Amino acid sequence: MEKPRKKAFFPSWRAVFQSPTTRALAALAFVILLGVIFNADQAFFKWDTHRDMLRQISVFGILACGMTLVIITAGIDLSVGSILGLTAVLFALFSLQLHWSPFLAVGVTLLAGLVCGVASGGLVAYFRIQPFIATLAMMVFARGMAKWVSGGQKISTAVLQPDGTYVYQEVPAFFNFLNSKILGGNIAVVTLIFFFCIALSWLILAKLRWGRYIYAIGGNEEAARLSGIPVVATKLLTYGLSGLFCAVAGICQAAQELQGDPEAGLTYELTAIAIVVIGGTNLMGGRGGIGLTFIGAITIGYLEKVLSINAVGEASRLMLTGIIIIGAVLFQKFRQ
Amino acid sequence: MTKTRLQPLLQMKHIGKSFSGVQVLREVNFELYPGEVHVLAGENGAGKTTLIKILAGVHTDYEGEIWLNGTKVFFKSPHEALIAGVSAIHQEMSLVNSMTVADNIFLGREITRGWGWLDYRSQEKRARELLAQLGLEVELQETLDRYPVAVRQMIEVAKALIYEARIIIMDEPTSALNDLEVDRLFKIINDLKRKGWGIIYISHRMEEIYEIGDRITILRDGSYVGTYSLDELFPQELIRLMVGRDITQQFPPREEYRGEERLIVKNFYVADPTQAKKWVVENVSFNLRAGEILGIAGLQGSGKSELLHGLFGSYGQSVRGEVWLDGVRLSIRSPKEAIKQGLALLTNDRQGTGLIPPLSVGYNVSLASLEKFSPKGWIDAQRERAAIAEMVQALQIKIHSLDQEVQTLSGGNQQKVILAKWMMTSPKVLLLDEPTAGIDVGAKYEIYNLMNRWTAEGKSILLITSELPELLAMADRILVLHRGQVMQEFSREEASQENILQAAMGRR
Repeated sequence: MEKPRKKAFFPSWRAVFQSPTTRALAALAFVILLGVIFNADQAFFKWDTHRDMLRQISVFGILACGMTLVIITAGIDLSVGSILGLTAVLFALFSLQLHWSPFLAVGVTLLAGLVCGVASGGLVAYFRIQPFIATLAMMVFARGMAKWVSGGQKISTAVLQPDGTYVYQEVPAFFNFLNSKILGGNIAVVTLIFFFCIALSWLILAKLRWGRYIYAIGGNEEAARLSGIPVVATKLLTYGLSGLFCAVAGICQAAQELQGDPEAGLTYELTAIAIVVIGGTNLMGGRGGIGLTFIGAITIGYLEKVLSINAVGEASRLMLTGIIIIGAVLFQKFRQ
Repeated sequence: MTKTRLQPLLQMKHIGKSFSGVQVLREVNFELYPGEVHVLAGENGAGKTTLIKILAGVHTDYEGEIWLNGTKVFFKSPHEALIAGVSAIHQEMSLVNSMTVADNIFLGREITRGWGWLDYRSQEKRARELLAQLGLEVELQETLDRYPVAVRQMIEVAKALIYEARIIIMDEPTSALNDLEVDRLFKIINDLKRKGWGIIYISHRMEEIYEIGDRITILRDGSYVGTYSLDELFPQELIRLMVGRDITQQFPPREEYRGEERLIVKNFYVADPTQAKKWVVENVSFNLRAGEILGIAGLQGSGKSELLHGLFGSYGQSVRGEVWLDGVRLSIRSPKEAIKQGLALLTNDRQGTGLIPPLSVGYNVSLASLEKFSPKGWIDAQRERAAIAEMVQALQIKIHSLDQEVQTLSGGNQQKVILAKWMMTSPKVLLLDEPTAGIDVGAKYEIYNLMNRWTAEGKSILLITSELPELLAMADRILVLHRGQVMQEFSREEASQENILQAAMGRR
């Protein structure tokens, strides 16, 4: 009789090489190598560069957290960019124009994001509309709502006076806090929020029953249902969480821009998907993890950074980004 | 018979075929004359489908020769066979349900004016002629999914007419039809016969075989048994020829451990998920004692799997009837409730509805009982792992590590993983649908042993298996379903392969 063997302390080389984490790290290492080679002004050897990279990728990374969970259920969430826009507008409106307390403004904004997410989750889970379609509709709807709430204008600290001039209000302290760098100016607050979202997602996926259900549904929805898993509730919660993360990202975005722009977050959903995919989470569902997404986010962050350090023009930058995304994904495909 | 003076439409001589070293067909001969319905019969796995697939150009590496109208042919693809006049009407039909009736009829043989421009007018004209010939009233521009399976089957026949097929293969064509539709199909078959077509007819239903068939060729375990005229072959003899072999498989001895009345099912109905106002399980009643194995026999389309799914709550609201478990009336509307009440369902599709392929062995095992290890939502990983390891040991699942992906296991071990998943939920009644399908003899034996052990512990089992010897060896009683209804019940002593098969084919 064979017993399940104890896990070896050192996994075999083959297993290490084939693990998706190794693959994701390899892609990251490649991008970092590019940074070390094309190192204009020695920028890559300064912590500021890395700190800025982390700050710039944070909003995308927060979106990618929710996206990861949704993608593991074999779904997709196209609405994240629009919900970010909507919640940025709402948060700016509450804080800058209605002068709500930060506590209330954050609470209501998060709730708005959650409601949007649960709505698309309901369409997917209860009405069985394909995630692509359901969240596409939410994407359009939320963008429209952002424009409606803001009247199509950016909501900023500048308040129009009857005589046609603008008076600039003081920026609320909470905005300044979100936009600051702490620990001796070495890390941005939004980056810490990003790390917090990663940690929360990891907790859900690795430690909670909910996370196991997410993997099971993505791996084989019918088998999961026949094993007594509450498929509808799980999907509802997961899309809801994605909406909640969008609101977090929207708040960060508003604080960084000092305004609520109804156009904010345009095409961010594509960046979020790219982060998840570069990390190696499978769009077919059932496989992947938040650690991979973290690596994916940093990879995309460094890629942007390397290209901007070297002052690569926007046209070339976009083309190179496209090529490198495909390169990374192809690299991960050669697993067998 | 006068037919022997005609030239045969089709001759298949000394056909042999093996799949990766396993011989599934050897020295099979088959002849089809114009105007003949030739039945092909045999148990599941006898090689009927393989033979048909060779004829239809699906399998191309076979031994032997195929002669069509006196010339030797070799089909490299189904399309070549179709063009040569061999048309197969499968159980899963080769139609595109989202396209119109007309487009389906001409699919792959569209009438064009050259350069790929479709000539709709000519197509429509031709289609009307064909449908009139078949006596079928359908709208040509309506999409196919608007019509019931019976009509779709007729459209498949129309498609065969387009290809000017002379040979039509019908593989269980009546499995989805009601009696009226069967009559209509038979009328069309008789028309085709009169026109000199040859029809190869596969069916498990005794009454049909005798009603429509002229001759019958019987296969058993991949070998040719013989060809007989149905006028001269009695049903009893036919069944004996089909079953024939000695039971060589090994089964552990089964002792009966009958306890208290456990599961009582009264007047149970399950709605047909594909057709409104039809039942796939009709008015089924039975009871099951603690420690008992009740076998459920029936052909494809008899509703046996649907019965288990219906009891398990897979169909939600679309069931009717009373279910009592240990004296308590149940009202199960979801698998979740079923599991809570102590039911467990092993489905007949391991990959499709049993396993979560990307997950590890361990996570597959604990999947249905996660709430035990996470009362507040947090999974107690240590407790979970210990319980999984215990199950893996109890069922002797052979694995390298609990973290291994379940896909990497052999079929037998995968099946044991699913059984382990269900045992972890501490079920009272196990619903097992083909528990030993596609697994090797050794693993089968282990599963039989497990079934004996569990019933000795007082669990009850509802067992579906299409392997009759297995059913006879393991079941304490056998319920035979025919078209969704209970045809007959046999005790262990009464049951034999012959009388089960007869009842399953609708004869008492």
